[in-house]
Amino acid sequence: MEQNEKTVQQQTSQEAPGEATRRETLVKIGLGSLAAAGCGAAVFGYQFLSPNVLYEPSPIVNLGKLGGFPADSVTSDPASGIYVVHAAEGLYALSATCTHLGCLTAWKPELGIIACPCHGSKFNRRGIKVDGPAPRPLNWLKLWINDDGDLLVDKSTTIPAEHFVRT
Amino acid sequence: MARTLEGYWNDLRATKIWRSVFRSGDGPGNLHSSLAVQQNVFLHLASVKMRRKALAFSVTWYLGTLTLATFLILTGTGILLMLYYHPSVPQAYADMKDLQFVVSAGVFLRNLHRWSAHAMVFLVFAHMFKVFYRGAYRPPREFNWVIGVILLLVTLFLSYTGYLLPWDQLAFWAITVGSNIMSAVPVMGGKLRFLMLGGNTVNANALLRFYVLHCVILPLVAFLLVGVHFWRIRKDGGLYTGKVEKS
Repeated sequence: MEQNEKTVQQQTSQEAPGEATRRETLVKIGLGSLAAAGCGAAVFGYQFLSPNVLYEPSPIVNLGKLGGFPADSVTSDPASGIYVVHAAEGLYALSATCTHLGCLTAWKPELGIIACPCHGSKFNRRGIKVDGPAPRPLNWLKLWINDDGDLLVDKSTTIPAEHFVRT
Repeated sequence: MARTLEGYWNDLRATKIWRSVFRSGDGPGNLHSSLAVQQNVFLHLASVKMRRKALAFSVTWYLGTLTLATFLILTGTGILLMLYYHPSVPQAYADMKDLQFVVSAGVFLRNLHRWSAHAMVFLVFAHMFKVFYRGAYRPPREFNWVIGVILLLVTLFLSYTGYLLPWDQLAFWAITVGSNIMSAVPVMGGKLRFLMLGGNTVNANALLRFYVLHCVILPLVAFLLVGVHFWRIRKDGGLYTGKVEKS
């Protein structure tokens, strides 16, 4: 028995210092595979949870003929969440989505302001905040008139403020 | 009338079937009482013995037990509500209205679910305040406090996901606001919101995701953690009675 232990010791001591035993190597391979599988599962999970196709309404909205927007007017379209303003400089479109937490604002013609019902932010017709917690002015949206004379707005494209479409 | 009711009862307890279910046997000693608790899958989370003082109302105000009671009511009423609810747009709103006005006892179950949900959030907070101000969170119970904090978050998230399911104006805008708060998370906030809603707006995908979270994932997590929470009470030396204990 003592003899055996000695031989075992001799055998192990024959290995070069720093060389891993079979057990250590297998544990490393096992843990490495688990880590790789874990990373794969995380990537797979992330991709699975991100929908590749969305059945959401198109961000490009046709708001009808130019004649529907008389001079010096604010037209509210709650269904698409857009205001079209016909100012002296020309036409522009504002997003009706409040920049605070995403509620739908409403145009108050009697006060001449845009007001958010959720937390009381107020904006003027240029989208500039006049009151409340909103951190930014309302987004100006890309607006153009197509060949048929229809007014189109792309809700997914914001443009710098004070860019007007002349009629 | 030679036999008393107790006689029949004792005969029943002596049958082979009874003994196959309850193995502990009965007798006057501590052994049988201990076995009765130990060998029961439902009771074994609790201690075999507990201090009489720990059961006094003043020690806990029974807030943890009351929280469990609301959770069980919510599970029961929630399962029943699921029988009449389709998580689809716009059917969800119509189903909620049907539960309110058409389904027999629907309004009772829905209101019981709603009020129990409010009560549970209140009771979880009350329970935590009681534990905190009595110092019951201190070692050796510090890990159970951590589990309790996670259970608070699970409770709040259950409450939040349930908020969307009626699919009315309040639900829609509350989740719109809530998910926009989520997008304030640094770096990955917008992505987190997209994953949670399954899209850019609160829509059919969001309703379905919230439904699965509310009815399957979060309750499973809650049940698991509640099990660990109760088991830890026993492992950490029973309910805290205010005595100085060895850790």
